[in-house]
Amino acid sequence: MFKNKALTRLTFLGSVIAWLTLLFSDITILFSNLQGLQPDVPLWLPRVMLGAYIVCLYYYYKFRIELDDSLNFTDLLWKVFATGLITTVVSLVFRLIVFMLGKSSLATNVVFGDFICQINLALLVNFLIAALASWKRLILYQKSKWLIRTWLVFEFILFGVLLYDSAGIRFSETVNTTMKLVIGVLVLALSANMRWVAYLNFKQKWTSLLLLLLTFFYLTYFFYTVETATESIAKGSSAFLDYRNQLFIIVLASFIIIYGIFSFLVILFNLPTSSVFEQKLEEVVNFQRISQSIQTEQDEESVYNILLESSVSSVFADAAWLEITGAANDRKMFTYRMTEQESKNIREHLEKNNIKGVLDSGTEKTKNLSKHLASMRNSRFRSLLAFPIVVKEENIGTLALLKELPDGFNKEMTRIVSTFANQAGISIENFRLMEEAFQNARYKEELKIAKTVQQSLLPTKLEQDKDFEISAFSASADEVGGDYYDTLRINDHLVALIIADVSGKGTTAAFHMSQMKGIFHSLAQQHLDPKEFMQRANQALVYCLERGSFISASYFIIDSAEKKIRYSRAGHCPVLYLRAGSKESSYLKDKGAALGMVRSKEYCNYVEANEFSYAPGDTMVLYTDGITEAKSSKGEEFGNERLAKALNEVAGANAKEIEDNIIKRLYEFSGTKNINDDYTSMTVKFHG
Amino acid sequence: MVHIKRLQESGTDIIAVIGEIDASSSIELDLAIAKSVGEGFKRILVDCHALEYISSAGLGVFMSYIEEFRDKKIQMVLFGLKEKVVNTFEILGLAELLNIRENKNEALKLANELSV
Repeated sequence: MFKNKALTRLTFLGSVIAWLTLLFSDITILFSNLQGLQPDVPLWLPRVMLGAYIVCLYYYYKFRIELDDSLNFTDLLWKVFATGLITTVVSLVFRLIVFMLGKSSLATNVVFGDFICQINLALLVNFLIAALASWKRLILYQKSKWLIRTWLVFEFILFGVLLYDSAGIRFSETVNTTMKLVIGVLVLALSANMRWVAYLNFKQKWTSLLLLLLTFFYLTYFFYTVETATESIAKGSSAFLDYRNQLFIIVLASFIIIYGIFSFLVILFNLPTSSVFEQKLEEVVNFQRISQSIQTEQDEESVYNILLESSVSSVFADAAWLEITGAANDRKMFTYRMTEQESKNIREHLEKNNIKGVLDSGTEKTKNLSKHLASMRNSRFRSLLAFPIVVKEENIGTLALLKELPDGFNKEMTRIVSTFANQAGISIENFRLMEEAFQNARYKEELKIAKTVQQSLLPTKLEQDKDFEISAFSASADEVGGDYYDTLRINDHLVALIIADVSGKGTTAAFHMSQMKGIFHSLAQQHLDPKEFMQRANQALVYCLERGSFISASYFIIDSAEKKIRYSRAGHCPVLYLRAGSKESSYLKDKGAALGMVRSKEYCNYVEANEFSYAPGDTMVLYTDGITEAKSSKGEEFGNERLAKALNEVAGANAKEIEDNIIKRLYEFSGTKNINDDYTSMTVKFHG
Repeated sequence: MVHIKRLQESGTDIIAVIGEIDASSSIELDLAIAKSVGEGFKRILVDCHALEYISSAGLGVFMSYIEEFRDKKIQMVLFGLKEKVVNTFEILGLAELLNIRENKNEALKLANELSV
């Protein structure tokens, strides 16, 4: 950027120096010639300096106009116009000075005339070069390889002509004519590139016409000024820089004028069709808006609004309505320049006349229902076009466009709006999919939280006693279950144990599990009989468990003073008990309904408490149905027998070892580490 | 997956449950029972011959109707349960809360007795 700025200044300075040299050398030559003296400066200097001036200006405008990406088409024309304006004003100032000098000797002086002439010539060249840079941008808009080559050839020829001028060589007339012919063909070929015109809107076209017209005016003015000035000098002497000998200026000016005229005519003839082009452009923009509406975090409603607006503006409809059945089966109505009552009237009218169309979301074809409107009284509308909005192959709504004119819609319009409707359908489908994915992600997040909650509810440390040791294991599936176990010391010889399984899964299960924990911790401390415990727990849970939910639980109180276990089973898997004496294990199947099953005081009839003594070496295994219902690859269940066997195998081992063996056998049996239910077990080993 | 068929015999609604009832398919069982209640049947038999497995959620469905049936004096009898399924009912203590019979005739007899 900085480099460009420096180069711009450098080229500008270069052009000023070149021009000043040109001016003084030319005046010196003319003056010497008039005085009949040998000039001190070489005769070729003005020519060469003109060349240098042109080259510097060319690069100056290359940086100013050609490489400035921020310029649009009218800006380019405006640049040319502005350059023209400045140069004209400067020229007019000098004209005013000459006018004020009147008939004084200075005014009629040939040398002064040359001075003025050279200034005007420099301004003209400046203007032409600025126009060249702009024309180049315009011509090379949407360039092809071929076009770039043609332009390069043109620039090389221009440069050649400039060298030819500067060197002051004179070719024969035939060579001159051939060269002019070649240049003429090139100019015509380049002038055919008018693609930019199509991208102007109506207003820009008018602006461009005006700017071009003014440009022609400047050119005429300059040529007139330079021509008259040159003529008057030529009368006095021929030893000066005559632009008529400068082929480059002639060629450049012709090119600028020819392309200018072409542009002017093309824009002029494009004026009547520009509205069509603008409309097409608007359609594309509308189309984009609909497709992008999904990405900009807008909701379905804004998609509908965009669809309605875009459709109306694309076909110049007088009114429209959009009827949509939302994701939650709710009907939504969007109207544009009409009341809902009016749309209702029309729909009722069509229904009454038994017209099968898209308005009864049964068919999927776009229909022009205009002819049916003719029979409708009290309606200002005479044309009706209806489109279905389809999402996932399901018709979710209707877009209806209305016009007050009869036969107001043509095929083209139908096609455009139907594309809009399709795109809107896709946008809405995407939107709903995204919503679904979002919900899923949230559900997964909830599960994660539930799992963390569940894990935190389980005790980190279990009660131990000189009489027994407890070991517990819990593994949960991806889906959160509701397995719970816990221990609590009531006093120095009493310890309470609980294992529970909450029906259902997910966050509710975790929630009920936390309730169970609360109940256990508050009731167990009161040293209640297990039956009483179950009754109270049931009473407490009735108020928080929803219909169909229940909790199965087993509650134990180990009395190490009397070596007794008193327990109650409420619908939970029967506990597995191994007697060290007989070396036999059995399941303690007592009566007991799960908590929450009987929601009244009658629950006491469905639960009981039992008692037995324990001896050293006995083992008690508490577990949840996840273990006994674990399936092998063949679909067989782990079952009670395998569980008992896993215990008997290591009957003499400590609690942790027994538990490890059970888990090992369980995983061996299921053959996978991916469990589909929670595995929970609590093993108690008595030492006595 | 579960498949549920309903059959009416002289004022008795017989709901046949075929397959497995888990958390998701329990909704279908719930719907079938609710429909039967809605249609005003006072005797509902549930044919469990082809019921292979029932999860706690499925049991919850039966459980949730116990009180409603008592209030509306509707008799529901389950019959033809496989040993494994009966076991599940028994462990949860639901066997005592529900009427369970070996076969259809016994179930029908019980339903008729109870509704008198």
